[in-house]
Amino acid sequence: MSFLAKYIGQKVKRTEDPRLIQGIGHYVDDIKLADTLHVVILRSPYAHARINAINTDAAKRVPGVVAVYTGADVAGKVGNVPCAMAHPELKVPAFGVLAQTKVFFVGHPVAAVVAQNKYQARDAADLIDVDYEPLDVVSDGEKAAQPDSPVIHEEFGTNIALVHNAGVGDIDAAFAQADKIVTQRLVHQRLAPISIEPRGVLAQYFPGEHQLNLWSSTQIPHLMRTQVSLMLGMPENRVRVVTPEVGGGFGCKLNVYAEEALLGWIAMQLHKPVKWIEGRRENFQATIHGRGQTGTVQVAVKNDGTLLGLKYDVIADIGAYHQLLTPAIPTLTGLMLSGCYKIPAISMKCTEVFTNKMSTDAYRGAGRPEATYLVERLMDCVARELNMDPVELRRKNFPQPDEFPFTTACGVIYDSGDYEKALSKALTIADYQKLRDEQKAARAAGRVMGIGVSTYVEICAMGPSAAMPAGGWESATIRVEPTGKVTVLTGVSPHGQGEETAFAQIVGDMLGIDMNDVLVVHGDTAVVQYGIGTFGSRGLAVGGAALVCATEKVVKKAKKLAAHLLGADEASLTFEDGKFVGAPDDKSLTIQEVALAAHTAASLPEDFEPGLTATHFFEPKNFTFPSGTHICVVEIDRETGELEIKRYIAVDDCGNQINPLIVAGQVHGGIAQGLAQALFEEVVYDENGQLLTGELMDYAVPKAHQLPRYELDHTVTPTPVNPLGAKGVGEAGTIGSTPAVANAVIDALAPFGVKHVDLPLRPEKLWRMMHN
Amino acid sequence: MRLAGGVLPKVCMCGTHILSLHPQRKEEQRVKISLSINGTQHEADIEPRFLLVHLIRDVIGLTGTHIGCETSICGACTVLLDGKPVKSCAVLAVQANGGQVTTIEGLAKDGQLHPMQEAFWECHGLQCGYCTPGMIMAACGLLKETPNPSEEEIRHGLEGNICRCTGYQHIVDAVKYAADKMVA
Repeated sequence: MSFLAKYIGQKVKRTEDPRLIQGIGHYVDDIKLADTLHVVILRSPYAHARINAINTDAAKRVPGVVAVYTGADVAGKVGNVPCAMAHPELKVPAFGVLAQTKVFFVGHPVAAVVAQNKYQARDAADLIDVDYEPLDVVSDGEKAAQPDSPVIHEEFGTNIALVHNAGVGDIDAAFAQADKIVTQRLVHQRLAPISIEPRGVLAQYFPGEHQLNLWSSTQIPHLMRTQVSLMLGMPENRVRVVTPEVGGGFGCKLNVYAEEALLGWIAMQLHKPVKWIEGRRENFQATIHGRGQTGTVQVAVKNDGTLLGLKYDVIADIGAYHQLLTPAIPTLTGLMLSGCYKIPAISMKCTEVFTNKMSTDAYRGAGRPEATYLVERLMDCVARELNMDPVELRRKNFPQPDEFPFTTACGVIYDSGDYEKALSKALTIADYQKLRDEQKAARAAGRVMGIGVSTYVEICAMGPSAAMPAGGWESATIRVEPTGKVTVLTGVSPHGQGEETAFAQIVGDMLGIDMNDVLVVHGDTAVVQYGIGTFGSRGLAVGGAALVCATEKVVKKAKKLAAHLLGADEASLTFEDGKFVGAPDDKSLTIQEVALAAHTAASLPEDFEPGLTATHFFEPKNFTFPSGTHICVVEIDRETGELEIKRYIAVDDCGNQINPLIVAGQVHGGIAQGLAQALFEEVVYDENGQLLTGELMDYAVPKAHQLPRYELDHTVTPTPVNPLGAKGVGEAGTIGSTPAVANAVIDALAPFGVKHVDLPLRPEKLWRMMHN
Repeated sequence: MRLAGGVLPKVCMCGTHILSLHPQRKEEQRVKISLSINGTQHEADIEPRFLLVHLIRDVIGLTGTHIGCETSICGACTVLLDGKPVKSCAVLAVQANGGQVTTIEGLAKDGQLHPMQEAFWECHGLQCGYCTPGMIMAACGLLKETPNPSEEEIRHGLEGNICRCTGYQHIVDAVKYAADKMVA
């Protein structure tokens, strides 16, 4: 359908903001129910230990304490923490909501204290006496895979959870034909997602109705309802999950943790509302981490720079247990090893191993930043080996725009793309040749300057259901109410992405109404039809697509009624700017007038259902593949190793944009997180499995003065996969930026003979490289 | 907790520990305090260890002040105490006795947004909104000291506040926008 784009493509200020800037929105901890009891979880201080005994007597005597629960109380009553990946060879250890006979990581939940206030609960937790017998700790992923390593989960006889092979093409032939083989070992360090709002759950049970309400800070309310109902043996339709404001997710709330079902169960025992709000230290210990791959990449290449093949042999250190998507994340790396290049043969062997650490899972990018980092880092290594400009090497291997849809040797089909266009634009903005001249002059003057380029492509808009563990479609319902106000119920669950605004823009334009008349409702399983949620850059590209289809259905229905009311032939009517026109005598009806008539139902066509509402479940036929070029310019202080980002240029192609203001915000935030991986952040466990970066004091999330001003631009290559032509933008910045920064730093250090440095590139490390 | 040999953990055992330093404290220890929050006088009878942020959120019921770390690093709980930004998770309520506290809810007057709130809206200075109240209060404190800050002064002035969503650029733009408006 055609419509006037009054809102779409405009920098519309967000409708979410007024409540948030005034502090009157409601996050989980802001919801106060009368008589709420507070839960504190006692967690293991050991990475691996046997629990010989737990004494809770002293804790139970603390004034205000109502109950203390341990593993024995929940055994057989609350199901295990779920893993969504089904694979016949995958080893899945039973992950109870409270530890049973052993603890397997620092932060493993051991007991839950329930008290009238959180001070009492915390006091009591300190008085629980646990007799631990420490066991051998496996804290290194590579060592865990060795046959002589202690075994964490004895029932499997090995720490290897899964060996995943990916890629197609004749890899041996590719390497046999190579003029050069470039090899590099790479570490993708563990990262902590760090949403500023930690996790939190509020549970309330109504015994008469046998109804459990859970308020949870999650990205997936419906999937959580399904899983929690299974864990508690509750009928799914008697569990309601409400997602109020969510203070950031970045993948760490794309999960079902022990605490949701545990709190639900406690509420059912005590018949009182119970609340648990995660502390930051718990957040570091017991909320999923991201990345955590260590591997060797080999690239086979001709002397002229033609890429022939790529091999990646990697250990993924997944932690002690599977959370929802833990084992699936490294497999996403395997889908994107072709980068934005033509590589005829690709092969990945990924060994996923258990260690005595918190689980890894989806953190912004989820498996794809690893792929982009290794491909882009290797492109620079190859360029150096062949004495080619890294830009020319990339350019030489791009698929051309007329080669799309482009099938890679990873078995995925890139929907659309024009990689050269974004690259040229970024080079022009950066004035690349001039930068290289400046670099020569800087080096001659003894300064340490580097230029890094990353041309990336990512797999987004997750995704076709056949490739997803629990459905990849998304749902939308649109209701034109009798007064003409429009209510949208979306299955996605935004937590900062601004979809209340973007979806209202879409409906405002499609129905030709004021976007302020559109209310977008999400995150309540009792109100909204089943949905999948917000992750994998899918909110707009899949959820928005569902909304477009639902809106088209509503217009189609309204048109039938309008034709009846106007005495016109349906085919002669058109819907323009909110009105059905083209009837005899220039008569017309607005969508609001039709909505009222549809509800009063005084005169309806035959077989016409009253009301004006439509629902659509959109199933994407493919993923989308956003792409772009990032360029970073750095200078390093020779004396201190301190690094300054002189310029950061990002040209992204996320297809059509609904709200460029929101797109810019997503790109900025994404770059900041990717850059944080390159320069600052790392989750560190010691050899005893102790978490050394257990606070924001020790884990270096960047502040405003540590980040540069970003120079953004875009190219627009719409996707044919959905009716919006939008590809998704939530993860682009994170995926594109890490290698751009790393390449810039390593380029700066080239005069010192440095070919590669593992992340994070902190001053001390850089200083050592320069002073050898 | 009894540790059965082995290496002593370097990390605290329990989730968040800052409040549990005195498990043997006497229940009857309570202190009466009086303080002004957003221009309204409040009396409270509290334990000496009670944090200002819990007083604001759980006793007074103003939930716009958020808790992000309870270790004074993230700044989500920033409020103004006697005009100066403080992290209310690291201030005991008794320390605010007799003081004047301004929270995010106290900024808008007569239905008019404060210029800093308006600026954050205008410049897309927030996404999930969780750090936003603390960020806005810190920015207000910054402009009191430095009414017309440079970009560098803004970035350094906000180094006590973490935002995980925006990459800070739109926040910096917002503070500049508000400064220009407030000076004009």
